[in-house]
Amino acid sequence: MRRKLVVVGNGMAGMRVVEELLRLAPDLYDITVFSGEPYGNYNRILLSPLLAGEARVDDILLQDDEWYRAHRITLFKGKPAVAIDRALREVRAADGTTARYDRLVLATGSLPIIPPIPGAHLEGVIGFRDIGDVRRMLAAARRYEYAVVIGGGLLGLEAAHGLMRRGMTVRVVQLMPTLMEQQLDADAGGLLRRSLEARGLSFIMPAETVEICGNERVTDVRLRDGREIPADLVVVAVGIRPNIALARAVGLHCRRGIVVDSTMLSFDPSIYAVGECAESHGRTYGLVAPLYEQAKVCANHLAGWGCARYPGSLAAASLKVTGVELFSAGNVAGSEDSESIVLHDPSRGVYRKLILRDNRLAGAVLYGDTADSAWYARLMRDRADVSEFRDRLMFGPLSPEASAPRAVA
Amino acid sequence: MEPAVKTTCPYCGVGCGIRARRGSEGAVEIAGDPDHPANRGRLCSKGTTLGETLGLNGRLLHPRWRTERVSWDRALDIAASGIGRVIREHGPDAVAFYVSGQLLTEDYYVANKLIKGFLGTANIDTNSRLCMASSVAGHRRAFGADTVPGCYADLEAADLIVLVGSNTAWCHPILFDRIRRAKAAHPERRLVVIDPRRTPTADAGDLHLALAAGSDTLLFAGLLGYLSANGCTDYRFVTTHTRDADAAIAAAPSLKTVAEGCGLDLAQLQRFYDWFAATDRVMTLYSQGINQSSSGTDKVSAIINCHLLTGRIGKPGSGPFSLTGQPNAMGGREVGGLANQLAAHMEIDDPRHRDRVRRFWQAPALAERAGLKAVDLFGAIEDGGIRAVWIMSTNPVVSMPEADRVRRALERCPLVIVSDCIADTDTTRVADLLLPALAWGEKDGTVTNSERLISRQRAFLDPPGEARADWWIVTQMARRLGFADAFPYETPAEIFREHAQLSGFENDGSRDFDIAALAALDREGYDALGPVQWPAPRERPAGTPRLFGDGGFFTADRRARFIAVAWRPPRHAPSADFPLVLNTGRLRDQWHTMTRSGRSPSLAAHEPEPFVTVHPADAEAFSLEEGALAEIVSSHGSAVLRVRHSSEQAPGHVFAPMHWGTTHASDARIGAVVNAAPDPISGQPELKHTPVRLLPHRLRWQAFLATRRRVDPAALSGTSFALAVANGAWRYEIAGIETPPSWADWAQRIFPEPRRNADWLSYEDRGAGIFRFARLVGDRLDACLFVAPQHPAVRRDWLVSLFALGSIAPQRLALLSGQPGPGASDKGKLVCVCATLGSRVIEEAIAREHLDTVDAVGAATGAGVNCGSCRPEIALLLRRNRELPAA
Repeated sequence: MRRKLVVVGNGMAGMRVVEELLRLAPDLYDITVFSGEPYGNYNRILLSPLLAGEARVDDILLQDDEWYRAHRITLFKGKPAVAIDRALREVRAADGTTARYDRLVLATGSLPIIPPIPGAHLEGVIGFRDIGDVRRMLAAARRYEYAVVIGGGLLGLEAAHGLMRRGMTVRVVQLMPTLMEQQLDADAGGLLRRSLEARGLSFIMPAETVEICGNERVTDVRLRDGREIPADLVVVAVGIRPNIALARAVGLHCRRGIVVDSTMLSFDPSIYAVGECAESHGRTYGLVAPLYEQAKVCANHLAGWGCARYPGSLAAASLKVTGVELFSAGNVAGSEDSESIVLHDPSRGVYRKLILRDNRLAGAVLYGDTADSAWYARLMRDRADVSEFRDRLMFGPLSPEASAPRAVA
Repeated sequence: MEPAVKTTCPYCGVGCGIRARRGSEGAVEIAGDPDHPANRGRLCSKGTTLGETLGLNGRLLHPRWRTERVSWDRALDIAASGIGRVIREHGPDAVAFYVSGQLLTEDYYVANKLIKGFLGTANIDTNSRLCMASSVAGHRRAFGADTVPGCYADLEAADLIVLVGSNTAWCHPILFDRIRRAKAAHPERRLVVIDPRRTPTADAGDLHLALAAGSDTLLFAGLLGYLSANGCTDYRFVTTHTRDADAAIAAAPSLKTVAEGCGLDLAQLQRFYDWFAATDRVMTLYSQGINQSSSGTDKVSAIINCHLLTGRIGKPGSGPFSLTGQPNAMGGREVGGLANQLAAHMEIDDPRHRDRVRRFWQAPALAERAGLKAVDLFGAIEDGGIRAVWIMSTNPVVSMPEADRVRRALERCPLVIVSDCIADTDTTRVADLLLPALAWGEKDGTVTNSERLISRQRAFLDPPGEARADWWIVTQMARRLGFADAFPYETPAEIFREHAQLSGFENDGSRDFDIAALAALDREGYDALGPVQWPAPRERPAGTPRLFGDGGFFTADRRARFIAVAWRPPRHAPSADFPLVLNTGRLRDQWHTMTRSGRSPSLAAHEPEPFVTVHPADAEAFSLEEGALAEIVSSHGSAVLRVRHSSEQAPGHVFAPMHWGTTHASDARIGAVVNAAPDPISGQPELKHTPVRLLPHRLRWQAFLATRRRVDPAALSGTSFALAVANGAWRYEIAGIETPPSWADWAQRIFPEPRRNADWLSYEDRGAGIFRFARLVGDRLDACLFVAPQHPAVRRDWLVSLFALGSIAPQRLALLSGQPGPGASDKGKLVCVCATLGSRVIEEAIAREHLDTVDAVGAATGAGVNCGSCRPEIALLLRRNRELPAA
């Protein structure tokens, strides 16, 4: 008799686990998936191109209904899981649908952080997490002129760029003095800002939003310095937090996310957690590459192979704004025991910063020319000793002396 | 296109014929003259690239009195009144001329005539004192005259050629090429190279004797004994044409003494002696390794003795042969341009000669005794005995030994007149009055090469600015000093005629230098004059290739003199304080103090930076890392040079090139380090043997800079630097102790002429102390700077090559790596100047086509087939390729 696997969350992490599992052990489980959204699994990374009109919904779907049928996966669309009975090993959805499990995978993702400012509930104030948000933005873009994006991080900038492409006048209000302060240093942030300004975005920064004004629908955003910025649409993109309400409610050990070991197993030996909701080695991730790496490890254990370990991922990001080449990975802020190497070619819009610690590449920011990003990512992942070719590290893998870092087999 | 003008090369004493043709837009085509007997159409790297040195940048074009530009009238008035006043107040011996083997014979003649004949002092000496004074002295005491017995054609006739103290392959490349070709055609012929260093010349020899520095006298004195003991004496010649052979032979040391004293293996020594003994046609060619010595005259005598004993002199393929360094060292000797000569090979100490010249010149004030030789002359300036000096066409602040003293002396001297064609030299910097002279290509006259061949140097360029011929300047000065009647010259032809007349005046075969056959040359005849080898007396207008084959020496009894020489070590021995011995010399592609050759990008590419070569064992003992900078210190001064390890160097001895002054490097003026220690007879300084110590130069940072325009030297104050010209750029090596607070600001400051709309690129690795900057205008590279804690590891030749490109866009990212990126071409260091081929190109050809000989490389790439001076380096590349592990 086949064992039962339940996956909560029909997103990229959960479905990647299923895909990997089907590859390793296609007949081991009967699989049931609870989905809060009314769609099949889609590529959330491509929401930005969807918003910008550079992709259509069909383009971003990863698995359609037919795929679920073909693999005999039971998909409960629009049925968010609301409870888990860990003793019975049963998941229940909001509408009462239940499913028993031998193994459960929590892939509940994350939620946008909505800061506690007055007016955050007004109509026209949204986050940027799913297709629904994109639809709301597109609808607003058709009717209104002014958009304010609160947050100058990766997601905020992609939203702002998309809305601008949809014809809106977009202003980005950023609390920090630098755009994408998690991923960029001041120099790269400045280059990015100038490049986006040249494309038509405006930035108000550093600036703090203290109120979102309006009666029913938002009309303005008020800043701490008293300025009022007209806004028919406010996209709040100040960050995300792991969606762990369900896990917490059923008593799973959580900190920022659901705490898992290096096999992605939670403190309940039947329950795994992957993706943005999982906390591994004290870290949570909001990017796609780590999530895929986690899914692979999780599937390995579900399949009974039991030999994969997840050591943590390199946080690498690139901005999906057409024409802006940007890559950031690892610790870009640097620390007392790190050193940085910086290349600057401002008139060509090229900036590169490499952060070294203990003769290893600890972080990289590439702006304007990201051709070598994969190589740097590999050096970071492999923890390669770069001291032998430190002098040429900046100039990419094609330089003969640096083409074969020794740690890479 | 104008017709080609036949002239001669202004570099070394080989005296190659050149055809120069002025093309459109000022470009000049330079080619070897196939009709000239010295070179038969060939030219070395320096001659080939003469066209690159003819620009007017940096030329002295107007007279200058201290900081102000003045007219010729005023300049000459200042000079004449200044010299006049010094003579009135302090006597004629308070005036001196310091002249040069770069002067043409006509210039030289009038300068010598003015000072010795009319100012009444023989205080005229020349940079030839640094070059071949010992040869002159050796010739005179053996032959009774300063005569070179043989000619270049002997090189092709000799079965054994002995090169001693001469890196001929680099310093006289065309003669070396003739030797090499003769040897290639006759493989049984032998070449012996005697030199403490394993030079490129030594590499080409059948036998290299790396004798102890300064032991040449011992070697040849021993050879004399060996020849005598082994039946090689030409008794007929010795008894008929010589004197004092027995005393010289009696003074000969034993083989064992020689081997020990010279530090040579007995078998090696024996082989050389045997070859010499067994070969009838043997030539001994020598140069500065012999001459520049405190016993240079004895070394020359020791060599000549061997040729006299065997009668191997003045016969085809045999004889001693002095290779002169300068294009007109010989011409200078002919006119009497040395302080201890009079004129036309007449002796100043001989009252009959003085009387004859006095009558010929109608010069009642003719100097009565020899003047001061170069070292003493500058000493007298320092002491205040000489109060006015006129320096012509030479740069003693760089080239003299103890050059800091020379500079101090000139700074103190009340009147320093410098006539030169270059505005900024170490010597013009200490001048009061600057007089603009014509340069090569503009001046017109004659020169004499090492084989007594008089050739015309002809003008093919118009005189620039207010520059004037040296003879004109001297003539004007003489007229202002009241000697208009004796200096009526309006053309060099008139001067040459007078010079030729003097040579024949009451001569009747008593003096070697006789060119009376040319004394009636009219203007047209002078202009058309082809190469002629003196003596050319009236009865032998075609000249004379060889002398003394059948005696006929110029002593009173017409017999040559053997000189019994006793070896003595170099003047200053190494000590605990100065444990190493410094040797100096030329590089292949530079010349003297770089005032001309330093303008050629092709030449500068060979060795763009001054260096000191150190044996690895010494490097280890004194902590001198390869590529690091070292301070080299003697009791006279110091310099800062890049360390190069080489086993070509004998342990205990280091070598530094002589060329750099402060115009091309801040601290590499090796003349400041070198001791004077002149030979007691010739007065020639011991430039090749100075005790020194070397210390690692402690620096915080070093930098490589390349820029389209020269950097204001003031911006580099506080640093050590060396610069070299490149194609479209200047390259600098810089080093410093003080670290600027911001490297970016420093780069902005030193890059010349701030440019608007320029792109700035930067690379900073603060942790490693590496900072790099580049400035681009459009896609053209304008300047780049690479700073590192040590010698920056960047491909300099590649970086410099980028300045020749209209766009460096494809290499823009790689630029600041200092290494060619994918797809870039990197030719490597320039090896063959004639064919413009870099080391990488040649190495690739060697590897690709499995080439194994220099000739094969030449056939495949064209490298080394013209002047041949890069052949030793090609051989080195071949050797390196063979030593590579098989791939």
